[in-house]
Amino acid sequence: MYKNLFIIILLTGFGALLGSFLLTHHESLSLPDLPAYYADKTATEVGAANVVTAVIVTYRGFDTLGEVTILFVSAALIAMFLKHSKADLRDRNPRPSSVILSTAQKLLFPLIVLFGVYVFANGHLTPGGGFQGGAIIATGFLLLLMANPQAEFRHGLLNSVESISGITYVVIGILGAVIGLGFLDNRFMPLGELGSLFSAGAIPVIYSFIGLKVGAELSNILHHLNEVQNEE
Amino acid sequence: MASIILAIILGLVMISMAITALTAFRVRAAVLASGIVSLIASILYLLLAAPDVAMTEAAIGSGLTTIIFFYVLNKIRRTDV
Repeated sequence: MYKNLFIIILLTGFGALLGSFLLTHHESLSLPDLPAYYADKTATEVGAANVVTAVIVTYRGFDTLGEVTILFVSAALIAMFLKHSKADLRDRNPRPSSVILSTAQKLLFPLIVLFGVYVFANGHLTPGGGFQGGAIIATGFLLLLMANPQAEFRHGLLNSVESISGITYVVIGILGAVIGLGFLDNRFMPLGELGSLFSAGAIPVIYSFIGLKVGAELSNILHHLNEVQNEE
Repeated sequence: MASIILAIILGLVMISMAITALTAFRVRAAVLASGIVSLIASILYLLLAAPDVAMTEAAIGSGLTTIIFFYVLNKIRRTDV
């Protein structure tokens, strides 16, 4: 009874809150100060055609470093809790996947990984970037695991890709500070022509490393979860 | 106008899927419904001109999270029985 009353009060309050937002809402024809600054200055200051990427990697680069760290910590915790013994893996006998899935996986896996690389390499030009590209690469590995549950990834390779990318990301950030522009500033590399692939200074480099790192981390998580499936 | 109508229809489907996810008797159906909620959310992000967020939502929200739910569900079943 009290629980239902509480839910009703909560819903009413939430509705009143949203309703007041809706009633006082008016369409503004110009951008507020901060978005206007980003919209006007990104092309000249940062040289990235995609404003979202410029904000994520440069203006709010420190936040992105935090996000990458959070993802790293969660991947490390999952790896810690899902330890398994190698012997069990040999005895596994999962149900074989369908012909459609395994045939489609052979065709689609390289294309999905290529698309992921495209998304993070073009993060400064088109929508997308390191996190999106990394997630797309991880879905490719997911398809591989679905089609062939006994697939073995080389953990050493994934781990070294992840650590080298993470370290390089931080080193690039510090390099900007050492040169004197500021931590994670992209302008120590030539800005180039707006809209070309090699432009926007260090943004494509940073986002490529973020993409590799996120892809390796998410693939590692999926592989760990897959490995412990048949353990009792 | 067409995009507003599409957004309203998708929003209604999304809400019904969210209710299905909460009330479904079988957990598998609930997980699939929550995946559909994420998929529709990504389309709505695209309609709201946020393609970056839409890509993340589609890849992580509806792809990886759903499968991770299934992995965990399978693991729990095995240890429960």
